[in-house]
Amino acid sequence: MVVPLACLLTPLKERLDLPPVQYEPVLCSRPTCKAVLNPLCQVDYRAKLWACNFCFQRNQFPPAYAGISEVNQPAELMPQFSTIEYIVQRGPQTPLIFLYVVDTCLEEEDLQALKESLQMSLSLLPPDALVGLITFGRMVQVHELSCEGISKSYVFRGTKDLTAKQIQDMLGLSRPAVPMQQGRPLQTPEQPAISSRFLQPVHKIDMNLTDLLGELQRDPWPVTQGKRPLRSTGVALSIAVGLLEGTFPNTGARIMLFTGGPPTQGPGMVVGDELKTPIRSWHDIEKDNARFMKKATKHYETLANRSAANGHCIDIYACALDQTGLLEMKCCANLTGGHMVMGDSFNTSLFKQTFQRVFSKGYNGEFRMAFGANLDVKTSRELKIAGAIGPCISLNAKGPCVSENELGIGGTSQWKICSLDPSTTLAIYFEVVNQHNAPIPQGGRGAVQFVTQYQHSSTQRRIRVTTIARNWADAQTQLQHIEAAFDQEAAAVLMARLGVYRAESEEGPDVLRWLDRQLIRLCQKFGQYNKDDPNSFRLSESFSLYPQFIFHLRRSPFLQVFNNSPDESSYYRHHFARQDLTQSLIMIQPILYAYSFHGPPEPVLLDSSSILPDRILLMDTFFQIVIYLGETIAQWQKAGYQDMPEYENFKHLLQAPLDDAQEILQTRFPMPRYIHTEHGGSQARFLLSKVNPSQTHNNLYAWGQESGAPILTDDVSLQVFMDHLKKLAVSSAS
Amino acid sequence: MSQQGYVATPPYSQSQPGIGGFGPPNSSIHYGHYGDPNSSYSAPQPGVSKSTVPFGSPPPVGPPPPGAQQFSQTGFQNGSSTPGQQPHRFQSPPPPSNTGASYPPYSPQSQAAFPNTASASSPAQLADQLNSMQINSYGPGTAPSSCVSPGHPASFQGPRLPPPPTQQQMGLPPTPQLPPPPANSVNGLCAQPALPPMARQGGVPGPVPPNPNLQQLPGQPPGPGYHPQQANYGPQMAASQLSYPGAFPGGPAQLAGPPQKKLDPDSIPSPIQVIENDKAARGGQVYATNTRGQVPPLVTTNCVIQDQGHASPRYIRCTTYCFPVTSDMAKQARIPLAAVIQPFAAVPPNEAPLYLVNHGETGPIRCNRCKAYMCPFMQFIEGGRRYQCAFCNCINDVPPFFFQHLDHMGRRMDHYERPELSLGSYEYAATLDYCRDKKPPNPPAFIFMIDVSYRNIKSGLVKLICDELKTLLDKLPREEQEESSAIRVGFVTYNKVLHFFNVKSSLAQPQMMVVTDVAEVFVPLLDGFLVDFEESRLVVTNLLDQIPELFADTNESETIFAPVIQAGMEALKAAECAGKLFIFHSSLPTAEAPGKLKNRDDKKLLNTDKEKTLFQPQGNYEALAKDCVANGCCVNLFLFPNQYVDVASMGLVTMYTGGTLYKYNNFQLETDSPQFLSDLRKDIQKKMGFDATMRVRTSTGFRATDFFGAIYMNNTTDVEMAAVDCDKAVTVEFKHDDKLSEDTGALIQCAVLYTSMSGQRRIRIHNIGLNCSSQLADIYRTCETDALINFFAKSAFRAILNQPLKTVRDILMNQTAHMLACYKKSCASPAAVSQLILPDTMKVLPVYMNCLLKSCVLVSRPEIPTDERAFHRQVVMAMGVADTQLFFYPLLLPIHSLDLKSDAVPAAIRCSEERLSEGGAFLLANGLSMFLWLGTSVSPELIQGLFNVPSFAHISTEVTSLPDLDNPFSKKLKHILEQIQSQKPHTMKLMIVKQREQPEMLFRQFLVEDKSIYGEASYVDFLVCIHKEISQLLS
Repeated sequence: MVVPLACLLTPLKERLDLPPVQYEPVLCSRPTCKAVLNPLCQVDYRAKLWACNFCFQRNQFPPAYAGISEVNQPAELMPQFSTIEYIVQRGPQTPLIFLYVVDTCLEEEDLQALKESLQMSLSLLPPDALVGLITFGRMVQVHELSCEGISKSYVFRGTKDLTAKQIQDMLGLSRPAVPMQQGRPLQTPEQPAISSRFLQPVHKIDMNLTDLLGELQRDPWPVTQGKRPLRSTGVALSIAVGLLEGTFPNTGARIMLFTGGPPTQGPGMVVGDELKTPIRSWHDIEKDNARFMKKATKHYETLANRSAANGHCIDIYACALDQTGLLEMKCCANLTGGHMVMGDSFNTSLFKQTFQRVFSKGYNGEFRMAFGANLDVKTSRELKIAGAIGPCISLNAKGPCVSENELGIGGTSQWKICSLDPSTTLAIYFEVVNQHNAPIPQGGRGAVQFVTQYQHSSTQRRIRVTTIARNWADAQTQLQHIEAAFDQEAAAVLMARLGVYRAESEEGPDVLRWLDRQLIRLCQKFGQYNKDDPNSFRLSESFSLYPQFIFHLRRSPFLQVFNNSPDESSYYRHHFARQDLTQSLIMIQPILYAYSFHGPPEPVLLDSSSILPDRILLMDTFFQIVIYLGETIAQWQKAGYQDMPEYENFKHLLQAPLDDAQEILQTRFPMPRYIHTEHGGSQARFLLSKVNPSQTHNNLYAWGQESGAPILTDDVSLQVFMDHLKKLAVSSAS
Repeated sequence: MSQQGYVATPPYSQSQPGIGGFGPPNSSIHYGHYGDPNSSYSAPQPGVSKSTVPFGSPPPVGPPPPGAQQFSQTGFQNGSSTPGQQPHRFQSPPPPSNTGASYPPYSPQSQAAFPNTASASSPAQLADQLNSMQINSYGPGTAPSSCVSPGHPASFQGPRLPPPPTQQQMGLPPTPQLPPPPANSVNGLCAQPALPPMARQGGVPGPVPPNPNLQQLPGQPPGPGYHPQQANYGPQMAASQLSYPGAFPGGPAQLAGPPQKKLDPDSIPSPIQVIENDKAARGGQVYATNTRGQVPPLVTTNCVIQDQGHASPRYIRCTTYCFPVTSDMAKQARIPLAAVIQPFAAVPPNEAPLYLVNHGETGPIRCNRCKAYMCPFMQFIEGGRRYQCAFCNCINDVPPFFFQHLDHMGRRMDHYERPELSLGSYEYAATLDYCRDKKPPNPPAFIFMIDVSYRNIKSGLVKLICDELKTLLDKLPREEQEESSAIRVGFVTYNKVLHFFNVKSSLAQPQMMVVTDVAEVFVPLLDGFLVDFEESRLVVTNLLDQIPELFADTNESETIFAPVIQAGMEALKAAECAGKLFIFHSSLPTAEAPGKLKNRDDKKLLNTDKEKTLFQPQGNYEALAKDCVANGCCVNLFLFPNQYVDVASMGLVTMYTGGTLYKYNNFQLETDSPQFLSDLRKDIQKKMGFDATMRVRTSTGFRATDFFGAIYMNNTTDVEMAAVDCDKAVTVEFKHDDKLSEDTGALIQCAVLYTSMSGQRRIRIHNIGLNCSSQLADIYRTCETDALINFFAKSAFRAILNQPLKTVRDILMNQTAHMLACYKKSCASPAAVSQLILPDTMKVLPVYMNCLLKSCVLVSRPEIPTDERAFHRQVVMAMGVADTQLFFYPLLLPIHSLDLKSDAVPAAIRCSEERLSEGGAFLLANGLSMFLWLGTSVSPELIQGLFNVPSFAHISTEVTSLPDLDNPFSKKLKHILEQIQSQKPHTMKLMIVKQREQPEMLFRQFLVEDKSIYGEASYVDFLVCIHKEISQLLS
């Protein structure tokens, strides 16, 4: 196999057909296995025994299962329940925690919009959820929410890195439950009493907090000409993490960071406060000219790891025209499963709606968020786990099924995902163990079980178990089986994740070369061709799209940093590493729809040749939705035909893409940037940069019979790419 | 603008050198003629002639030397106008030959004259007269004088008439002659015998004076030392210690000798007399500062001061107004050359406030070389185009805009139109060059920082402060011409963390910001912390209402301190303004933070070389103080301790930053709040300057070498004061560089650059000119004992930081002896070795010096709390002359014999037990405490009148104030209390002391002429001791 054996797992995919069961799963009794009873297990109904399909341990059913038989099966044995969810009663239920960390170094308008959004969000929170507020600018303020008559906050210097212990000391959280006065009750109410100063149930203090947010002022410290405001994001986050760490370890909590600019002081500072020194660009980074990057990254990584260790997630909502330091802070969201949202201003619908969507509810009225998930992957003997790529951290669970070759976050069979929603998707990579002394039994099946324990938004603990199995096929003799079973879309996404993952730590060109090599090898392996004859090259149906995906992937912002700021790259990569297959594919290869009078809307090739004057194009790149009016359409619109009753159909035509776009906007998280443009418009660049430049200024006249739109670029077109690929694939040299 | 300063008051051109133009009239009758010396010369008083005649001694008939005049006047007054009152003041000393021989006559004498009971028998009167005459008459010759005691011809044998007029002579035993006990007996001479011991021994049944001590003594064993000085007068402590009660039984050996005699307290110089004399001579008059080197009236004398070219004595007082021309002379006399400068001294409304000179952009005119400011001493030459600096003699061009023609006397035509040419004190408006960072300063700010730890909440103090502030903030000080105060206010509370408050006017409710990072404290907000009270009244009032409640259930008892100051300072720094912190603190800061203090009060260190460490600060307060000064942050500390709080460390910043330290031991809301609130009110409303730098420039030949006060010195010349208020005085010591010139004199210019209360940058300038003389007598004649004591106190109190106490005390003793010895040697006409001769201006130096030596700072006794000593040390360091005078020699007023008709404060009496009477009530005040002592048989009417209770027994000693009653007694006393209090920086808490009740012990400490309860020497003892030293020096 050239493409690694891997899968995309969406642990909490919404399954309407899958009602959760209200009991504990049955586990394999072997301490090292503990696999969950599943439909693939062999069951001896008479002996009330079941055999674990991973370790072949024979287990007694628990007493509650005494009544089972072939006809009276528990849900977990039914084949349609290869994925099953258990609701278990375990431990005390702690309410969800939302800790707002708010930047006050914003423009008045922005701050106002943000305040409104935050106030609005209070009504969306579950009433018993705990909320807290930290604001920061030059200083960091932790607001005490239970005060009457006076608003009280603890203030920290924005330049001083504090240890968790110090923070807790200073907030008065670490005081051991000293019997203060004889009248005090036992220690049980003590714990909430301490933390309650800063974290309060929404229903109790929503008025208070609304007022508090209302009175929130811009950071009052003067910012002199030519300076950036001093912004202590690093310390603010550190305090937020420290606060939760001290009060609610291992409970579901969201730290929501709202920032309007780069951290400019203290630990985690990304850029100095002199405006004349611009924030680092890719260029600076390549030249090793980004002074603060390494230190800042380290600071945020430490925080992210601490936060993740406690099961708290960090969201970053960064709205500014310039960069805000997402590159340095990305790990906070990446490692903890938090959201990362990037916008131009808090006063845009992009932010407002995205933020609202964080609190959106699913089909059953439950929040589409879950916390503190623990993903445990079990494999049958022939498979080993190489790693995972997604918003998770390793739990360092070593075991026999853990491969020594790491792909992504490896070296473990368990990961922690601090926060996840129904679309959160992890890529999990496996390795086939092909031992000479124990060849894989032909016709057998390799099985994988994913056990995800998590805190549901209703604060219940739940366990979702998915068990799958696939037939083994011999790569030498049964290549066609493998070929037929190849999922080129998944493969593209999985390869892409690997590539993006590598791009985070390696030089861009190296990753591209690696990707190319992989593609060539795949073509060599699965293509049909005569050596050194490019024209003879053919790929089977199940591989036909794969090179095209890779072509677009190579051009995508995930691997190309050209024209993107480091923040943007981080942002794109962040989302790429967590979306499901469909969304990921959109990101790799945007979807292009054409609307015209010639017929119903149709998907068209992502190609410059699709840009025609009498068409309206709708492009969805996941991050942007572009509506592009062709030259003629735009002229018609300018002429106002849509307002004339006799051209009502034109009006409908104009309206159709808008409606479709709206539909996408409704469901997408984060809200895509919505761009409405036309031929020759400056915003048209979003479209032009994505389409395959089949017509450029170089080849326009050679090809020029069709009236597509030439793209002014030196990038190679898909055609050229394919030609080269064929040439290389058939070349006997490699 | 009042014209006062510009009126061309003609200078007293007739004044003769040495007389100084203020030659007092010869007689009290001539008070009204002050300023007209001729009259005083032309009308020789009968008393004078009388006195001269009988003794016929060689006094020249011509105009008496100036000092004599002064003397004769006092003498006369004693003799005739108040016969019998203080008759013995000038008793002439016994001749040495009397030693050993003079006691036999004692027994009759003992009955005769008793200090206050002087029965005014005619012989006594005669004696009085004689006394005065004796002194008045002077002459170079050494005419033998006689002892005055009537009926004792023998006593006339020996005494000589003291030849130099301005001195007081007293015969004291030449110590080497006899071992101590016999020496005692010698002391008596003309004085009354030491009654108590005699009475005790049953020897003398005669009219025992009301001497409560004595009677009380047996019942009060723990009260050492205050019983009469029956012991030796010898300086040996061993001897005097025997006088402690415990020693009594074993005493006979001592007492068995000849009947004990003592120096008559009335025969030794009385500070009260000196004060009263000066009052009589110069009180209520106009004192014009038109002449170089003239000696001003005493600080205790009320008069109107008119600035005519030299700074008012309210601003500058000198130890001597005539400097010796050479340093050799100075070394010989060992009189400290110092000036006590109180640059912001309060000026009564009937004197002109300082004029503000504004030269606009150009700023003040200054000498190019030495940078001295334009002043009356500058000499204009070349038709007014140039001027010669009086300080460095540099010739400078007169700036064109300032040019003015000279008149025929070489004086500028606009002399009287320009304050800087005609006045001793005035202000310059400063330009941006004189501002921090060349930016005009912001108006200053007051930050109130309240300790809200458990104890302060519990005691109700926090609520008290908050309630008071609500009204007090309306009275922030402001510039005279402005309607409202420019001063902004801010609030901080703290226990072991700091709480800042945002009281921006736009807020609905105050915001509290907690800073827990005390290790590295910072100011969490800028906007809304310092506010205009008017604007933010609602929010601030709301806050002040809430603070007591916010912490109502606190149980935090640990506090921090240094971070509090740090925070205040940082806040001012961030706001780019100077200001004052008001810190209300109660306990030793033990919380883990910078400036944490531990209890290091170790009584074992007393009387060791390490004792000084008790006065040295712990930790890093010194650096903090430096930072505060650098940022114009003045720290006012109100301490409410009920145990050791290490005042030496905690008060350090206060002291260096020109703040005031207030201390209320065991603060009780009911009894102590009036005192505290009065202090707080006064302090907040005080006029002051901020962010000040003082520079003292001198004419050539001498320079300022040392500075004492609530100041900080970064280098050797600039006196930095984060703030300076009307009560703070800096004592400056001068040393010779070179020879001084008698012609040009010694000129001093003190310039204080500061920020006014409205945020204007100004320079306040005080100029004073002193004479120079090659005659030591001139130096002694112009000394001022009050200023000397101020200097000695400050230098000694600073020295104890580095030297063992004993050394410091020895130095003081030594220098006193030296000064007096030098006088005796070089100024007084030859006199017997045994005579103690005091220059007229230093008559009371011994008693004051003794008071200084007895002050608790210089006395190492385990009974005295270390904090108390540190507190006194610090308070004294900032004091002006008037304050030190009162502090070291308390005011003791009889109030049982008030003249209800007059407005005046009654004449004070000497601080001695003997002056008290069972039937009397006395008020004592020293600037820090105040006592109302009630004799056991004080009249019931008075009690009723003052306390509204029927009898002595009903009086509660718990109260700290007198009820407001509608009767003349009460009103009068209240009025007196007010008057005493009005000029003093600290509010004195009134303590009611009943005779023979326990708190009396406390009271007795202030009877400074007596032997102290810790056994420190009485006045008489001290005289003997100093005399011995002098004798040693001279022999």
